[in-house]
Amino acid sequence: MLNCRQATRLISQSLDAKLPWHRRLQMKVHLLYCVWCRRYAAQLKFLRRATRELPPEALDAAPQKLSSEGKEQMNARLKESVKKLPPPAE
Amino acid sequence: MSFRHPATGGADGRTRDSQPQSLDFGLSSGLDPESWVERHGDDLFGFAAARVRNRAVAQDLVQETFLAGIKSGGGFAGRSSERSWLFGILRNKLADYYRLQNREEEITDTELLLSEERGAFGTGGLGKDGWVMKLAPQAWETPDETLISKEFQDVLRSCLSRLPDKVAQVFRLREIDDVSSEEICKDLGVSPNNLWVMLHRARMGLRRCLEVHWFENKQRDE
Repeated sequence: MLNCRQATRLISQSLDAKLPWHRRLQMKVHLLYCVWCRRYAAQLKFLRRATRELPPEALDAAPQKLSSEGKEQMNARLKESVKKLPPPAE
Repeated sequence: MSFRHPATGGADGRTRDSQPQSLDFGLSSGLDPESWVERHGDDLFGFAAARVRNRAVAQDLVQETFLAGIKSGGGFAGRSSERSWLFGILRNKLADYYRLQNREEEITDTELLLSEERGAFGTGGLGKDGWVMKLAPQAWETPDETLISKEFQDVLRSCLSRLPDKVAQVFRLREIDDVSSEEICKDLGVSPNNLWVMLHRARMGLRRCLEVHWFENKQRDE
């Protein structure tokens, strides 16, 4: 029989991967009789929805694109590197 | 055969967008690195930036990826292989970066109570390691409006900001970007064991933070 500490760990794990069947069963049995862990499971699901609802700017997100200077720098560097390659066989 | 830049349907049979002539690197192998930055730069950068959360580092990693690509020569057919090949190199660079950044200690004793669990489970409630009643999950009222309420989002953001950097990173990848656990482990060089511990801590902490700072206040006002 699971205790609540174990159950909450399984609840969290079940959000990321399919639990082995016996763990899944133990977790479900525990949830049948434990209202607090039932709430915990529902609340983690709510937390997931809530996090996904956050507008992207709300989070500490690094901008997703290279700046044009960045691109220029990169192209210059790549060009240098290509020059250093051994000459191709004809 | 040196590379020109036909508009579409060039003599070599490849279609490509017209490119500035100044990017002709004059390379005559199967690669055309002159197109890499335009074609793949932003996507690779976005991928890296989401994981390292630092523009300069992300740019360096992408740069190193391209350089490694040039050095290794490639020799494959088709655009899609080129892209996944470059992503593969980037993933390795990311994993190396993370290994350098964090000498990771394996959390071996999972029977040991995590700090977030300490206090929450005791000998009350349902017996050994049951919820301590004071900290046991309360009933939450979660109408749909809550999710979009600005006040609630402020509280959630504030709770999220309390997570330690690496945990926040992993949580964000998993919960928002919906990256699979396997991929996170691979990309960041995190062991599956450490990953579940981090996510469990994050969730337990966030849940309690929301409970205290949103739901308890709300219920009290009614």
